[in-house]
Amino acid sequence: MSELMNVSSNPHIRSKSTTSNIMLLVVIALLPTAGFGIYNFGTDALLLILVTVASTVLTEFIYEKCMKMPVTIGDFSAVVTGLLLALNLPSTAPWWMAVLGGVFAILVVKMLFGGLGQNFMNPALGARCFLVISFPALMTNFQTDAYTGATPLALLKSGGSPVLLDMIIGRTGGTIGETSLLAIVLGACILILFGVIDLKVPGSYIVSFVIFLILFGGHGFDPAFISAHLAGGGLMLGAFFMATDYVTRPITPKGQIVYGIFLGIMTGIFRLFSSGAEGVSYAIILGNLLVPLIEKYTMPRAFGVPKPVKEKKSKEKEGEAKS
Amino acid sequence: MASSTFLGGVHPYDGKDLSKDKPIKDVLPKGDLVYPLSQHIGAPAKPVVQKGDHVLTGQLIAEAGGFVSAPIYASVSGTVKAIEPRRIVTGDSVNSIIIENDGLYEEVEYPQRKPVEEMTKEEIIESVRTAGVVGMGGAGFPTAVKLSPKEPDKIDYIIANCAECEPYLTSDYRRMMENPELLIDGLKVMLQLFDHAQGILAVEENKPDAIKLLKEKTKDEPRIEVRPLKTKYPQGAERMIIYACTGRKINSKMLPADAGCIVDNVDTIVAINDAVRNGRPLMYRIVTVTGDAIKDPRNFRVRIGTNYHELIEEAGGFIKDPEKIISGGPMMGFGIFDTNVPTTKTASALLCLSRDDVSRMAPSACINCGQCVEACPEQLVPSHLATYSEHYNEEAFLKNNGLECVECGCCSFVCPAKRPLTQYIKSMRKIQLGKKKK
Repeated sequence: MSELMNVSSNPHIRSKSTTSNIMLLVVIALLPTAGFGIYNFGTDALLLILVTVASTVLTEFIYEKCMKMPVTIGDFSAVVTGLLLALNLPSTAPWWMAVLGGVFAILVVKMLFGGLGQNFMNPALGARCFLVISFPALMTNFQTDAYTGATPLALLKSGGSPVLLDMIIGRTGGTIGETSLLAIVLGACILILFGVIDLKVPGSYIVSFVIFLILFGGHGFDPAFISAHLAGGGLMLGAFFMATDYVTRPITPKGQIVYGIFLGIMTGIFRLFSSGAEGVSYAIILGNLLVPLIEKYTMPRAFGVPKPVKEKKSKEKEGEAKS
Repeated sequence: MASSTFLGGVHPYDGKDLSKDKPIKDVLPKGDLVYPLSQHIGAPAKPVVQKGDHVLTGQLIAEAGGFVSAPIYASVSGTVKAIEPRRIVTGDSVNSIIIENDGLYEEVEYPQRKPVEEMTKEEIIESVRTAGVVGMGGAGFPTAVKLSPKEPDKIDYIIANCAECEPYLTSDYRRMMENPELLIDGLKVMLQLFDHAQGILAVEENKPDAIKLLKEKTKDEPRIEVRPLKTKYPQGAERMIIYACTGRKINSKMLPADAGCIVDNVDTIVAINDAVRNGRPLMYRIVTVTGDAIKDPRNFRVRIGTNYHELIEEAGGFIKDPEKIISGGPMMGFGIFDTNVPTTKTASALLCLSRDDVSRMAPSACINCGQCVEACPEQLVPSHLATYSEHYNEEAFLKNNGLECVECGCCSFVCPAKRPLTQYIKSMRKIQLGKKKK
């Protein structure tokens, strides 16, 4: 045989999972939520979703062309960002705001930091917070033809009590994607079944948030109050689709639980004690900033490597110093 | 008993059906035989023959070059044609003895042996040493050294590694099915060395017939137990199999003996048996020739030194154009660019694939998904270690236990971004281990 074979370092086989497969699964998991948003808020919502996705994908494409980089829109990560951002907009938002948000998410939060895998903050949430700060009135205008009342959380804050069934199905005011608990949980089940996410982050997030509510909510253990907080805002969408964003959550298993707990507490603080009704997006982007720190202190102990004895020694030294 | 396992690991397509029902067939070499002087860990062997010498099957041709080393024996009769560097599976050129096969297979006469039961421990270890037995699972560590730990009384378990967790490999399975008594006898020889030890035959659950057969054969052996293990790669890695069988953990700075264990692979134990009971040196090994490019995947009993090219011909040649040929399994084997290399003591399979996954998948950016962390049996963070290696950040690499990596390949296998994580880590480990030696 004269022909030479391929050689490479081991292993010589690869699993079927690819980045674009994973991103595509996230897109599919978001479809029930998007679909319900469109059903609930009408063509306004559909147009906003299309405009946002188009702007994120185009921004990535144009940026990469200008910078003479390989074009990576085929990995669907820009689609996920666009979809998530759109689901975080009220259906009344003007189209130019969606475009601006999309450009900000991809250009400023993602590409300028090095593209996929390098951004330290969730692009969709970064853009949402940018829009909320820049255009507070437009971003909280939830008055549509269908719903004229306050969002469940705003109602809760002013002392009212939203109807639970409405929140589960999604017949309330809010951003396009946050209203229907049912659609979000359906999407989350898809992600969990296909192994894209696990319950470490969302589980610890939701549990710690509930504990925080019981302790500091002023209602004690009041199921109506707790369920309204869980189902009435962006918490579920945030916990299952944005806090679980691979790039901006810790990679260490222990760190993911610490991160979830941090998000739960921060969301609780923002919702209960701040002037606004919502706090999920701020909690998550704050959590994003803590990721390197959390990772540093939650590195798993390698197999068979004994616990470092340093701690004991330093404690002993402290003891000596005290005595 | 509940099946034991470890944390992490992966489940690749196992491909064992291709060759698992094919009985072991003897292969007679046609061309020259090549014996690399370094087929084991430790000092290379020193040749004791010269060009032009006539040798017989089973004759010593190179003696051990030190304490951690192993002698090499001719596996055919013929004439020493040359002693020169030849390429081996890793791609390195290694000084080798080349023997022209005279096709007569005249064998030396082995001296009469006394029964094992009457032999002292030293005599047993000495026969393993002179027979040139090395760990045939892949590492090639001289077995006699392994059998002489500092504190023999502290050995509690002798684990026969029958996991065969590498996809496609069926050589150990065939051995267990066809010669279970050789394996059990070999384990008994090893148990004779360690008075307090219990023998464990650790088999993955995907070989239920082997488990059944071994259980039946060992039902009257109080010191031997068959332990089914969960089917998962790398169940057969030394540290993982010790943990699965005993719950004890060792790290890169420890030997299995530090956890009271001695682990040897199926073929090694059979070789120990042959060396001690019959005084036969290590001359054969079982090799699985398989893969979708091979016409008739088979298991062969091969004389060490036989050219790989002959094995492929023996298996009916190719039915598809092979894109990649691997010596060993797909997870830890070596890709070879040319089949003109000899079978060594540590060869276990020749895998010919018509499709090379690796060359078709371009690595992209890490998305921090954490699948490598979940898969790593050593509980490392491969994606970080790979980045440290890329940036040559020695400090961070060592601090995060990069040296604990066993190079099993799980991280590269699962990576959705198709990053060659194992390769990065492996290169850095090589550099760091080299520095340590100096």
